[in-house]
This record gives sequence, structure tokens and C-alpha cells, in this order.
Amino acid sequence: MADNVQFDLVSPERRLASLEASSVDIPGADGDMTAMADHAPTITTLRPGLLKVHHAGGTDEYLVSGGFAEITAKSVSVLAEMAAPRAEVDGDMLGRLRDEASARAEQVKGQDVEEAAAHKTLADLDALGRELNVSV
Amino acid sequence: MPSLKDLKNRIESVKSTRKITKAMQMVAAAKLRRAQEAAEAGRPYAERFNAVMAGLAAGAADSESAPKLLAGTGSDKTHLIVVMTAERGLCGGFNASIARKARIRIEELLAEGKEVKILTVGKKGRDMMRRDLGQYFVGHVDLSEVKRIGYGNAQDIAKDILDRFAAGEFDVATIFYAEFQNVVTQIPTAKQIIPAAYDEGEEGDEDAGAGALYDYEPSEDAILADLLPRGVATQIFTALLENNASFNGAQMSAMDNATRNAGEMIDKLTIEYNRSRQAVITNELIEIISGAEAL
Repeated sequence: MADNVQFDLVSPERRLASLEASSVDIPGADGDMTAMADHAPTITTLRPGLLKVHHAGGTDEYLVSGGFAEITAKSVSVLAEMAAPRAEVDGDMLGRLRDEASARAEQVKGQDVEEAAAHKTLADLDALGRELNVSV
Repeated sequence: MPSLKDLKNRIESVKSTRKITKAMQMVAAAKLRRAQEAAEAGRPYAERFNAVMAGLAAGAADSESAPKLLAGTGSDKTHLIVVMTAERGLCGGFNASIARKARIRIEELLAEGKEVKILTVGKKGRDMMRRDLGQYFVGHVDLSEVKRIGYGNAQDIAKDILDRFAAGEFDVATIFYAEFQNVVTQIPTAKQIIPAAYDEGEEGDEDAGAGALYDYEPSEDAILADLLPRGVATQIFTALLENNASFNGAQMSAMDNATRNAGEMIDKLTIEYNRSRQAVITNELIEIISGAEAL
């Protein structure tokens, strides 16, 4: 088994996790990626999605939204504006995120790039809702 | 000379004041602990965030296409001053010192012929500056209903500021708040948030990751554009937490002083009360004795 990486998940309000992980699945803005030890140093922004942390004791899942992940050979730090353990996620939480996203989409209507980005966020959230079997 | 009854009333009133200040001190102490914990919990995020931003900003600052939030609008004509104070008083010079610091800066700017706009966060700062600087006010954020400061509050303030920036209302934004040093010292601080100033020196020697060349996904520019607005919120959140801890610290020490002063006053009044009582007794004795002698 390869080396482990030091995994940290922090939100502005608290540190949610800090542990040794064997691999981390990150919902990157351009697509999911899995980070393991000796990964090339990478910084990627996050889309709303599920972060999966595989470690010796099993797999932890977190909902993350907004922010970025900093990957180095020895560590993975995820800085998410909104982060919550999967168990805490419910329809309300997703609904709130969705409301924010649709407000944003409304606000930037007509500006091609921004509007597309806002609609992508909406689609991401819907996909996430389906994945979690939570109705919004 | 006040009568015995007056003195007694006085002592009772000071005693009940002391009870109140003592209670407030203890409440502030409990809140301070929570505020400090919150500030501590928020630190890892802010530190990592700033470290990464410093790296990104250093790379992008020179390029032509640098976002306005980083490079500025190219002028510094209009300044937005964000004055963050507490919602309540009874905390010594806490609010006044922040307002004073902001006022000095505002006067400097005005003397230089710049335009100034003021956004107040917290009622006390607004009340203090309204009289002479009221005409520069552009907005106010009310946090008096907020029990526990969350990231959402910071996001709301950041959104307000960013919307104004996008509308071209100002060129430079500076926040004024009190940095928490310890219970008795809070340092009024000014921090420029737009254009963003990330100094690399502080976090430069972070762990293994720093200094490494990163791959950026989607692209360096896109990440920067995504993170800069979040950076504003992060800085404001940090300032709010620091301010909250500072406020409770200031209130605690102010109430501690007040409690001690009340104690001293009670001692002094008690001595005076006892002396007057003694004088009354002596007086009565003299009257009785001289009455007896006259017979």
C-alpha cells in the first residue's frame, strides 16, 4: 500500500477533519479527481459535490461547495466555503444552496460566461441531489 | 451634609450597580471564551486561504489581464471606508478607538482631495460618526439581531461591498476593526481589502506545499477570478470574529473596572455613613448631659 496523505478539510467556521487518508476523491470544477500520495502539486476550485475520503477506518463523505483544494505530494487541504458531513445534509441545506445559485443565475442573466457558470452550478446541485437521494 | 437616610439609599444604589456590572463582566467572560474559540476555529481556513492567494496574486499581479479586485481600477479617487464596531456600548474605549482611527484616515483622505464613502457595520460606530461625517454614509449593516456570527454574515457584507465595487462606486476599500491581542489590549487596525493586498512574507515559510509549482485547474486566471471575491468575504469574516472577541474582552475589562470602582465607592460611603451616625449619637448624648446639668 502506498503512503498516506495528510488530509485537512476546513471551512471558515471550523475544522471538519484532519487525518491520514489513503486517497481523496475531490469534486473539482472541471471534473472529479482522486488525489493520492505523490500527486503533482495542484490547486483546483470545487464544484458543489461529494468529497470522499478513504482512510484506514473506512470512507468519510462530506458535502462541499465553493472553495478550492490544494494538493501536494504529502497533503490534501480542502478549503470549502460550505462543508458538512453527509449525515447532516438534508433537503433544506441543498434547497438553500439551490436558491442562492438560482438567484445568482437570475442576476447575471445575459452575461454569457457568468450565466453559463451559474447554470452549471445549478445542474451540479441537481445532480448532487439525485446522488444523495434528497429531494429539493 | 447628606442625611443618614440619603447615605443609606446611595449605598444601596451603588450596591445594585455593582451587582449589574459584576453580572455583565461574567457574561462577557463567558462570551469572550466562545468568541476566542470561534476566532481560533476560523484561523486555519484564513491562513491557508491567504497563503494560496499570496502565491496566486504574486504570479498574476504583473499580467495585463489581472482582475480589478487584485490590480485595482487604476485610480484611487474614491475610498470606501468600512467601519466595523460593536452593536452595544459599555465596553470602555473599544468603539471610540476604532472610530477615531477611521476618522483620522478619513480626514487625511479628504485633505488629499479624495472622495470618501462610509459603510458602517455595527450601530455604535454609526452613532459616533453620524454627527460630522453623516453626509458620507452610503450604508449600514445591522448585526444586532445576530446571536452568533457566522460566515453567512460576512458573505452578506462582502456581497454588498462587491456589488458596489462592480457598480464602480469606489476604487479602494479599507476595513477598520479591532484586532484581538488579549483581554486588555485590542488594537484598532486598518486593512485594505480592495484591491486585495496579500503579503507573502507572513505565510511564506509554510509547510512542504509552499513554493512548489502548482498545476491549476481549470486555469490560474479562472481560479483567481473565483477566489478573489471569496477572499473579501474571508477577510471580513476574520475581522468580524476578531472584533467580536475584542469587544467581549474590552467589555469584560471595562466591567471589571466598574465593579472595582463600585466597591471602593461603597467602602467610602460606608465610612461616611458610620461617621455621621456616630456624630448623631454624640450629639444626642451632649444634649442629654447638658440638659441634666442645667437642672
